[in-house]
Amino acid sequence: MINPFAPIGRGLIGLLGEIGRFSAFAGRAAASCFAPPLFVGQFLRQCMAIGYYSLPVIGLTAVFIGAALALNIYVGGARFNAESFVPNIVVLGITRELGPVLAGLMLAGRVSAGIAAEIGTMRVTEQLDAMTTLSTDPFKYLIAPRVLAATLTLPGLVMVADIIGVMGGYLVAVNSLDFNGAAYLRNTFNFLETQDVVLGLVKAAVFGFIIAIMGSYQGYNSSGGALGVGRATTNAVVGSIVLILAVNYLITAFFVE
Amino acid sequence: MTAKLQLIGIKKKLRGRQVLDGVDIDVAAGRSLVIIGGSGQGKSVTLKCALGLMKPDSGQVLVDGADVTRMPPEIRARVMRKFGMLFQGGALFDSLTVWENIAFRLIYADKVKRPEARERAIEAMRKVRLATEFADVRPIELSGGMQKRAGLARAIIAKPDILFFDEPTTGLDPITADAINDLIVEMVRELGCAAVSITHDMPSARKISDEIAMLHDGRIVWRGPTSSLDASGNAMVEQFVAGRADGPIQAVV
Repeated sequence: MINPFAPIGRGLIGLLGEIGRFSAFAGRAAASCFAPPLFVGQFLRQCMAIGYYSLPVIGLTAVFIGAALALNIYVGGARFNAESFVPNIVVLGITRELGPVLAGLMLAGRVSAGIAAEIGTMRVTEQLDAMTTLSTDPFKYLIAPRVLAATLTLPGLVMVADIIGVMGGYLVAVNSLDFNGAAYLRNTFNFLETQDVVLGLVKAAVFGFIIAIMGSYQGYNSSGGALGVGRATTNAVVGSIVLILAVNYLITAFFVE
Repeated sequence: MTAKLQLIGIKKKLRGRQVLDGVDIDVAAGRSLVIIGGSGQGKSVTLKCALGLMKPDSGQVLVDGADVTRMPPEIRARVMRKFGMLFQGGALFDSLTVWENIAFRLIYADKVKRPEARERAIEAMRKVRLATEFADVRPIELSGGMQKRAGLARAIIAKPDILFFDEPTTGLDPITADAINDLIVEMVRELGCAAVSITHDMPSARKISDEIAMLHDGRIVWRGPTSSLDASGNAMVEQFVAGRADGPIQAVV
């Protein structure tokens, strides 16, 4: 007789095993970031690839989100005669939530997929094995520089996204909603608190870590040629997005409480 | 003669299948051993266990008499410096130039300054007769034979004690394959190192080996000098060497 609970149990055991393997990988990767040797050249190259080259996509996302947010808040606020709160809610929404989350999601697509594809291809073409036989630990040469670069550059990107997002809201508010420019900016800066920005930057650093780790994990464990690399890339993006959204809630709840 | 590399009773199970079931091989300095065998018989797994890329379920891998399977990773990494490996597909790093690939170990593991590392890489390129004008190009721009030469240069640059070759002539035309065989023989002789190769290319196996061992069903079923290969008296070896479908080995199709 077929036990109906068997597939559920198998799935649960598989999930727990995957969580365990991922945690062990993340721990080893984190430890590699602090143990010498640090490959400075690789780290700087990754800062350029992950941070600098992501600026256009982050900037474009932020300006449109800021603009749309201002419009929506204006419409919603009008129902309560609270249109004047547009600058306050735009800056709060951007710095605490939308800046880090959208930057994280954009980078999950751009960076996590790229890392998974690159390391995955190296795995299936035996380049990772070759690196090990050349007395170089792939965790230190490949993974640690990517994890460090993503963790350190994402807060910088989010800072840029915050500024551009607020600017997007400002442009719409002043040009379409008849707000006074000086008053809009005064309200924005008077309302903004340090902890709002700090919360966003903490989230950004954690999301950067997640993005790099997930991409590296999926790539490092890929197998089965082009199909395996494709699967690793998809898993890296989906895994990063789910983890970013879940961790975003946990960090927000922690700061609110 | 003392064995430079010795595998004793290596067992390895993968996905529920016993791939290696007590493999015993040894090779002394200056000697070249080729392991032959059909696809899926465990040749690559044997090599990976010897190289430390895969941990055997049981058994010992001795390098100069020391068991590397039980060494802490940092000491094991030092032992790895005695190894050089030519991978089947070359396994050159796409993101680096040819000379950076060849000098990878010198730059990143041995901390040799880049100008000196480049000089030594160029010298290694000359040894394997790879034109030095390709030093600054990416591996993707090289032909299959050139990639093998670059891989060989990378394997020998740090003067290893033990050289491994994984299907060194696969995918090459017969003339290029023979040139690679000649280079392997020359390099092993020049370095005086122990060499372990896996292949099912019989002309290559005959040319680069002093001894041949046949792996079947996870065990070494025959081993002897290359000169005695045609008079092995082993039905499996005879079938494999003759390339016949009928015999004790069933073809996997």
